[in-house]
Amino acid sequence: MASRKPFYLLVGLLFIAGVSLTLHRHYTYDIPWLPGEKRQTWSIEAKVEFDAIGKEVLASLAIPGTQPGFTHLNHQTASPGYGLSFTERENGGQRAEWSIRKAYGEQALYYRVDMLLDPYAAPPQPSTPPTLKVNIEKEPYSTAANQLLDRAQERSANPYTLARELIQEFKNQSQSAELLAQLKPQINWIVQLLQQAGVPARQVHSLHLEDGRRRQELVDYIQVFDGKDYELFDPMTGERGRPENLLLWEYHSGPVLEVIGGINSHVTFSMIEQEQPFSVALNQKFADNELLNFSLYTLPLEEQALFKGILLIPVGVLMVVLMRILVGLKTSGTFMPVLIALAFIQTSLITGLVGFLLIVGTGLMIRSYLSYLNLLLVARISAVIIMVIGIIAMFSILAYKVGLTEGMKVTFFPMIILAWTIERMSILWEEEGPHQVVIQGGGSLLVAVLAYLAMNNELIRHLTFNFLGIQLVLMALVLMAGNYTGYRLLELKRFKPMVEDK
Amino acid sequence: MSGPLLNWLSDVKQRYVHPSKLASKGVLGMNRRNISYISRYNPRHLYPLVDDKLQTKEIALEHGVTAPDLIGVIREQHEVADLLEMIVECPGFCIKPAHGSGGKGILVITRNDEDGYHKANGQTVSLGDLQRHVSNILAGLFSLGGRTDVAIIEALIEFDDCFTGYTYEGVPDTRVIVFKGFPVMAMMRLSTSDSNGKANLHQGAVGVGLDIGDGSALRAVQFDRPVLLHPDTGTNLFSLKVPHWEQLLSLAVSCYEMSGLGYLGTDIVLDRHKGPMLLELNARPGLSIQVANGEGLLPRLRQIEALGNKHKMNADQRVAFAREHFSAKR
Repeated sequence: MASRKPFYLLVGLLFIAGVSLTLHRHYTYDIPWLPGEKRQTWSIEAKVEFDAIGKEVLASLAIPGTQPGFTHLNHQTASPGYGLSFTERENGGQRAEWSIRKAYGEQALYYRVDMLLDPYAAPPQPSTPPTLKVNIEKEPYSTAANQLLDRAQERSANPYTLARELIQEFKNQSQSAELLAQLKPQINWIVQLLQQAGVPARQVHSLHLEDGRRRQELVDYIQVFDGKDYELFDPMTGERGRPENLLLWEYHSGPVLEVIGGINSHVTFSMIEQEQPFSVALNQKFADNELLNFSLYTLPLEEQALFKGILLIPVGVLMVVLMRILVGLKTSGTFMPVLIALAFIQTSLITGLVGFLLIVGTGLMIRSYLSYLNLLLVARISAVIIMVIGIIAMFSILAYKVGLTEGMKVTFFPMIILAWTIERMSILWEEEGPHQVVIQGGGSLLVAVLAYLAMNNELIRHLTFNFLGIQLVLMALVLMAGNYTGYRLLELKRFKPMVEDK
Repeated sequence: MSGPLLNWLSDVKQRYVHPSKLASKGVLGMNRRNISYISRYNPRHLYPLVDDKLQTKEIALEHGVTAPDLIGVIREQHEVADLLEMIVECPGFCIKPAHGSGGKGILVITRNDEDGYHKANGQTVSLGDLQRHVSNILAGLFSLGGRTDVAIIEALIEFDDCFTGYTYEGVPDTRVIVFKGFPVMAMMRLSTSDSNGKANLHQGAVGVGLDIGDGSALRAVQFDRPVLLHPDTGTNLFSLKVPHWEQLLSLAVSCYEMSGLGYLGTDIVLDRHKGPMLLELNARPGLSIQVANGEGLLPRLRQIEALGNKHKMNADQRVAFAREHFSAKR
């Protein structure tokens, strides 16, 4: 006999591939193991206010995109009478631009964005460092600034430590700092000095997210690059790293708000935190992205629903395999139980069971009459199919008249399968008696109910739909079961007399 | 845990046997039979030879293996009308589907008179009933997967009188498992009123385990439970001894050469005049034979596997080997 090694290798590979795909999806895309997990999303509303001076108005607001920590889900605006467009600047910054031919008086434009709190967020493009600019300052500012920079450089080793030390210097050398602050704000100095030292850095405008806050202002942070990586620094304390719930609003060296044709413009923010089921959040996350991401969430909703059903079939099939190979149950028609189980999912269990028994029972009675008619097989099966349709129609109407809308659901049963089931059962009845019909019919129903319980399990539905790797694991399990040479559970009962009498 | 539940659990446990006990007895399970024996020793392309009883008959004829005479074959629906013509000469005959399984669709007519055709169980049927039966066979009612089939009409076997009293209606046949040309285990299948004249153990026929050495009864079971007497006739089953035993084993063994199947079930009947006759072959013989014998198949199968392929024994030597090694009365 050929070596079993390649077989075990294949099964092992399938298993490992399945498990690693599953783990990959969990850890890379943050898909939870359990269904019903919630994800935090933030709804942030920016309110742009200005006084229009009666001319054409063009207001341009920087808007945030997907960034480390947050995934952009969707956005909308409210701005009656204004034309709106979303544009992208060449530096990568996204902007919302409102325009109107003529406007007078106080204006308010609203922009709302939903951001998903997402540790695995993948920005569409990496942050690009700003180009270095060197400004020549007049004395005495130049000397004072250079002095600070020299001190900081002495005590630093790389861009990040330089930034930290520079902020520290501004705190320590308060005299120099005050002098410099006369010319321009401290944060501009820090960015400028970093640039002068050859470290790409920029001022970013960000928002501390706190649930239920209104009229919040943006806070400034310094983004310091080291190659492609960057770190955020608090310009006041010199603290390094992104604080929790800090959303970068504008991070492309552009202005937050530009208004042409208006005065006294400013923007304020309000925000609320929301809990959303993760599937809703994921649907939004994957709705319009071109990530090379093999996810069913990229499909339209209707196809998603379809796949939810299709991906459950292997679970039902595995159930049949286990019941037949490990337990040794007899079923009428190998995979008939899976199809019945699929129908049960549509009808709910009790309705399904009652409907199934009613249809098959009635079918068997009428089929026994067909036996006397001495028909050819194909014609007889066709007659049974028509009969099944008749029975289903009758039960539906009857149930409706009586007021049992549940009864209408019998239409979900696969009619051809039912017809074959009735045909087989009927032959079984004639040949081996009702006892065998009960055994095989009962076995089929038992397997169908078990398959239904497995397939209707919220956790299993969640896992099969979200982790395609599970399918490979199921495949490996089915292959393993196909190689099982041990006893079946029912054989332990069957062969018991052999062991007893000695 | 509550009392009744515990009781129920221990009750359930009572009805099952620990797998290690079965293993120590060498009982062959369904899964192992399928993987380690059937799929390993029975090449798929040879299945049609045994699944199609017509082909089995043809190769039996070719190899000089005795089998019941073929009266006729009905292949098409329009030939059903010719049935009478075929059977007019024969008082008793048997109609069976070429692709039937588990004894399905076999109709035995022992004699006919003005009342009609007498079935083995005493019921009478009309010619119309026979034609309907043939028509059902052709439509595939009894074949696996409902494929269209052909009906075989063959001569009735005249049973050896030595089995009178051991069987209730029906055909008493001997099932011999032939593994790689060695007869490894044998049993006699006796129909009962429970089995409705059929010789299938799961339908209620009595299985009598036979000693490979001399064909005498070892043990008898019905519905997998040991029995002493035949449930209908009351005959002591342990007094059963199959005559022409050596001839019967030789016939079984010759089916290995004939079919090429390594793991084979042969069903043999004893005719009063012609001796052992091959009734049919089975490429997937059932496991009940172990219960009837009270012995597992595995030790014997392993012993033969251990011989390898180079033993160069001929058919007679293989029979002798089996009679020597697998007999309970060594």
